[in-house]
Amino acid sequence: MAVENPESDSAEFEARLLTRLRAGEDAAFDELVRFAGGRMLAVARRMLGREEDAQDAVQDAFLSAFKSLDRFDGRSQLTTWLHRITVNACLMKLRSQRRRPEKAIEDFLPEYLEDGHQRKSSTPWKPLASGGIEIEETRALVRSKIEELPEQFRLVLILRDIEELDTEEAATVLGITPNAVKTRLHRARQALRGLLDPHFVEAES
Amino acid sequence: MKQSEYITCRELIDFIADYLDGTLSPPMRAEFERHLGVCPSCVAYLDSYKKTISMGKMALARTDGPATGAVPEGLLRAIREARAKKD
Repeated sequence: MAVENPESDSAEFEARLLTRLRAGEDAAFDELVRFAGGRMLAVARRMLGREEDAQDAVQDAFLSAFKSLDRFDGRSQLTTWLHRITVNACLMKLRSQRRRPEKAIEDFLPEYLEDGHQRKSSTPWKPLASGGIEIEETRALVRSKIEELPEQFRLVLILRDIEELDTEEAATVLGITPNAVKTRLHRARQALRGLLDPHFVEAES
Repeated sequence: MKQSEYITCRELIDFIADYLDGTLSPPMRAEFERHLGVCPSCVAYLDSYKKTISMGKMALARTDGPATGAVPEGLLRAIREARAKKD
């Protein structure tokens, strides 16, 4: 009996698809969009929020991928390569949009006394919801708080914590230093923590 | 930072990401953990920071498996037309 190996099956599928794409076979382009488009759309929705913007970015990403198929060297998976192109397309889209007014990140960070203690002591949070309606409400709340973060911090949080780019990859796509990625990520998490804090502190008994 | 110094809450909070990444030096890590041993506020902060990361992932995670749903037909068509135009 043949042993199934999903990883090599997927690699073979990608290799076959790539050959057909490079040969300019129309059906192969549709197949690529159906194969990878859903995942790319999910990335774009997370980064851009609006459905229309997300679809525009995915379209841009595919067109840019089609143009550079010859440069795809096959060292990474096709889906990984497309993921990177999608992130770039979303960043281009964000840069071309008019910025909405934002609060400064400092407004969300902890405040300290001169001796380095927190101005307001932190109190424990409730355990996280593990299912049911509560988890859906929590997801919606957290999404709305992520939206409130200033864009350059929100993007780093999404790229690092959600899209799971490593520090160097995030630095490359954003055109900033790895250290700046680290600092922004830490501030973004702190800011999000501060925004969520009133909703999750345990009631005092 | 000198090894003999005690860190403040502010410094501890500045180092949380490095602590969680496991990139603090052993003496710094020991001092970080010593501070946690005497500061309930920082224990609460660290715990809520970790929960924030988990909740961020949970809030924006894919909900429908690796395929993540179908591509809307309109988008497929738009991509096909845009490609035809460029050819």
